[in-house]
Amino acid sequence: MSDFTPTEMMTIAAARALTNEDVCFVGIGAPSAACNVARLTHAPDITLIYESGTVGTRPDVLPLSIGDGELCDTALFTVPVPEMFRYWLQGGRITTGFLGGAQIDRFANLNTTVVGPYDHPKVRLPGGGGAPEIASNCGQIFITMALSKRGFVDKLNFITSMGHGEGGNHRERLGMKTKGPSRVITDLCILEPDPVTKELTVVSIHQGVTHAQISENCGWPIKFADTVIDTPAPTETELQTLRDINARTRKAHQGDGEAA
Amino acid sequence: MARLTSLAEAISENVRDGDTVAMEGFTHLIPYAAGHEVIRQGKKDLFLIRMTPDILYDQLIGAGAARGMKFSWGGNPGVGSLHRFRDAVENQWPRPLEIEEHSHAAMANAYEAGAANLPFAMLRGYIGADLPKVNPNIKQVTCPFTGEVLAAVPAIRPDVTIIHALKADRKGNVLLEGIVGVQKEAVLGAKRSIVTVEEIVDDLNAPSPNSVILPSWAVTAVVAVPGGAFPSYAHGYYPRSNAFYIAWDEIARDRDTFQAWIEDNIMQAGPEDFARHAKKAA
Repeated sequence: MSDFTPTEMMTIAAARALTNEDVCFVGIGAPSAACNVARLTHAPDITLIYESGTVGTRPDVLPLSIGDGELCDTALFTVPVPEMFRYWLQGGRITTGFLGGAQIDRFANLNTTVVGPYDHPKVRLPGGGGAPEIASNCGQIFITMALSKRGFVDKLNFITSMGHGEGGNHRERLGMKTKGPSRVITDLCILEPDPVTKELTVVSIHQGVTHAQISENCGWPIKFADTVIDTPAPTETELQTLRDINARTRKAHQGDGEAA
Repeated sequence: MARLTSLAEAISENVRDGDTVAMEGFTHLIPYAAGHEVIRQGKKDLFLIRMTPDILYDQLIGAGAARGMKFSWGGNPGVGSLHRFRDAVENQWPRPLEIEEHSHAAMANAYEAGAANLPFAMLRGYIGADLPKVNPNIKQVTCPFTGEVLAAVPAIRPDVTIIHALKADRKGNVLLEGIVGVQKEAVLGAKRSIVTVEEIVDDLNAPSPNSVILPSWAVTAVVAVPGGAFPSYAHGYYPRSNAFYIAWDEIARDRDTFQAWIEDNIMQAGPEDFARHAKKAA
């Protein structure tokens, strides 16, 4: 199957980053789609956790919010929100956090708080939610975001959640024992932090995408690894699984839009 | 002992102008009917508290009921921005909004500290993040045993907490299940509390000895408002109306459309209008 959209490629490449052994704290939107495609394809026993308290959930459609009833109905168990953040996240029981964001910088720090000055923002974004502690307390972090100059910026106005900070060993210097962002999956390519500097570096390029296209869509002079591989195209199974869950989701979220 | 009363009385007796008010519900069981009564009664200068202020707080902010808000994630989940919240922060309309912003982990810990009658909560949080630079209520404490430096935030002790639950018995004992969020902590940390429920029954018939129950003596007022969580949902009663959350984006985008919606659906309506959403799920 050769026809697929960049967003489909992004979601499938993100799904492939996950394994059966992962215990994954799932962000809403693209991360949620990726995590559920992983569960429905190569990682049927992955444990998915949403911050609303649902642990080991297996939704049939993608939730619109982090607390849709579907998540609770299909969970192994559901805990109160303080327990979720205290015992399970801060307790170090979660191997992988999967985040998205409005803006990211070259060290994988994320901004979901404000564009412009905090006191007089040009754009007020929703805020951090669970992200600041997901970023520091999960074993490692995957990030998925479409590559664009608006999103991949040279300097963040605000660090909502720390990735590799100023690069190098900044995380260790702050006492963090977790790995932080280890992969950023975009619609054009996959980035990983350089082992020493921690600057995000292109390691895999999706089918039909050029180096120039990647450079043009990034807000800083983006680096390419010495060896860059081609991202394998989606398989028929991967693509069908993603399209099926998207179709079920669209159908489920339609309704009369009735007012209260 | 909780007083079983009407929604109008519960709000007028327990919510005062200028109060700090927490209306909790983590996506599930959001107390929409009670929030609408707060708007209908013209309460003002409220300092709102909530982890995930979504459409209900967009309505309260746009209606001019709020002077400030303490929160950790303010959006329309899965849809996008809260336009009334953004208009207040970006353009001070209909009035300026003082904000105190935290992370979910900090808010959850702060509610728990409030319920536990402690002055502050501590957590391994905010490491490398910018929020402590703009929120003076995020400080640091040093562990007296290990020397580790941890984040500290003040306990949340609202004047009044309002939640929606599944059912109550005639004594006012309240049961909730499913995604239970921070509701129990928010009620136990508050001076006064109002719980709206889907139904009042003779016997709670708690499904498990570990069910989440708020006993009558820990609650101030209990009110039956079937459908009172719509367009959020009540586990086992009715599903979340994701279609309404999507539709809200258009309603809230424009000030005039928003105000017309408030007039038709809140000012000219009442709690009984929620009942049609309460048909039991099969």
